[in-house]
Amino acid sequence: MIKGWVAPLLRSLLLILIASLLLMPVVLTVVNSFMTERDIMANYGMLGKTDTSLFVNLKWIPDWVSFQQYGEVLISTPKFLYLFWNSVSMVVPIIIGQALVAILAAFAFGKLSFPGREGLFFLYLMTMLMPFQVTLVPNYLMADRLGLLNHPGSIILPGVFAPFGVFLLRQFMLHIHSSYIEAAKMDGAGTLRILVSIALPMVKPGIAALVVLLFVDYWNMVEQPLIFLQDAAKQPLSVFLSHIQDDVLGVSFAVSVVYMMPMVLLFLSAERYFIEGIQLSGVKG
Amino acid sequence: MKSDTIPKAFSRRMARFFRSDAFSAIGLLAPSLAGFALFYLIPFGQSVLTSFQDRLGGSFTLSNYKELLLSSSFQKAASNTFSFTAVSVPILVAISLLLALLLNQRVFIRNWLRTAYVLPLVVPVASIVLVWQILFDWNGALNAVLQQFGLDRQDWMKSNWAGFVIVLVYVWKNIGYNVILFLAGLQNIPDQYYEIANLEGASSARKLFGITLTYLTPTTFLVVLMSVLNSFKVFRETYLVAGAYPHDSIYMMQHYMNNMFLSLDIQKVSSAAVLMALCIMVLVFVLFRTERMFRSYME
Repeated sequence: MIKGWVAPLLRSLLLILIASLLLMPVVLTVVNSFMTERDIMANYGMLGKTDTSLFVNLKWIPDWVSFQQYGEVLISTPKFLYLFWNSVSMVVPIIIGQALVAILAAFAFGKLSFPGREGLFFLYLMTMLMPFQVTLVPNYLMADRLGLLNHPGSIILPGVFAPFGVFLLRQFMLHIHSSYIEAAKMDGAGTLRILVSIALPMVKPGIAALVVLLFVDYWNMVEQPLIFLQDAAKQPLSVFLSHIQDDVLGVSFAVSVVYMMPMVLLFLSAERYFIEGIQLSGVKG
Repeated sequence: MKSDTIPKAFSRRMARFFRSDAFSAIGLLAPSLAGFALFYLIPFGQSVLTSFQDRLGGSFTLSNYKELLLSSSFQKAASNTFSFTAVSVPILVAISLLLALLLNQRVFIRNWLRTAYVLPLVVPVASIVLVWQILFDWNGALNAVLQQFGLDRQDWMKSNWAGFVIVLVYVWKNIGYNVILFLAGLQNIPDQYYEIANLEGASSARKLFGITLTYLTPTTFLVVLMSVLNSFKVFRETYLVAGAYPHDSIYMMQHYMNNMFLSLDIQKVSSAAVLMALCIMVLVFVLFRTERMFRSYME
């Protein structure tokens, strides 16, 4: 009897060990965000300095639990909230815009037949597979022509029309059985009506998945703002955090936590959709 | 215009067209297609043209490509990116396959574990940068450990070790994505296969290679493709950890592109993008072809 659960237990312990290694950076950041600035400087102040022989001291338990960093970040220094808002004001329009545009196009690709459908979809697919090193060039050329450089629009507009949403929602649309649509057509429903009353309720999980995946992608963006936004004041928090250690090391853990929290909470509450989205975004030939 | 002035047959055909799928499709696709063409297709066509011109609107030439391929910084960026992908993708695929195989057996708290593996994927790179610095700085935690064992400390981010650090960060970030894909693939293998193998007294190794890994091959192709594409995104981590001027060994394609953007060298940046697009297309084509060959071989 005992033998039956020894193997699973050992396996679980191994997997737990690996999981804790993976979670270590997140846990360390959260724990350290509750330390005082003085504690932070004492333990990590030597980062990036060459004129000292001191080493950093990994702190797993703060000497003193304090909300000083959070007070500084959220109340005394409006700059952080301002940069946080920069991130929000680019990411939210992209998500809403891309979802709306993609719902319409995905229905056309998934459920309507028209000449040139496969060829056009192939173009979307190939573009989706292209890395930033390729897509940022056309994005840049157009933003330049439209006079959008150094304006958030240069990031938002290419984001709204990026092909990923069309691809993902089409995968969900393909799962809708055609008989539903045929039946609605028999009853005299128009295309728009079918889309709104039949397709839309059925692809709700797909839309949820799209929202989470887009949020992960754009909340994290670095490449686009680096090229399109010259002005430091317009940058999202992600770019700012990269040179944070120089000036505001004392509060940087709290800033990091504030920055990752929306993402982590959204993920934990919508994990099912997130995982389904990744499974279906697998490009199957 | 009165309706009876239009020939009946024509008006009937028009009416049918307005009710047809093709007409609805045009309407539904219009917003997406307009934006997609405006921000992706048309300007990409333009950059293909630009890449063959000596200056904007100039005559046809291959000199941009020649200069690009001869430039030492492009060579460095391309070879670094290539070797990073060649090293990191097999490591990542192997580790995530192992994890998925373990997770797919009887384990406790499986869902919690899966959440833990996927979490790094959603944590913004920027908010973890500090931890990488704490670990790999000259005065960092790793060097502190080395010192304790009486070993020399390394300047991890400013030596050839930098590539190793970036591989580590890449694996950390992408492991969850691949585990999700592999788990889905594993769950698609019918239980009967294993039951039959058990009846025939097949060994575990035989089952692993004969059933699990064989039927997982289509998933593996997909995982490899996604891992390669994600490996091009590692610039993010590199930039955030090492800044705009990293050690030579982790100077990636995106660093090169950024410099070309900054110096407004549109010809060069266009040629580099076109070359890269070609490479991706070849890669996708080869992967899909081998997968299809494999499938027909299976059947």
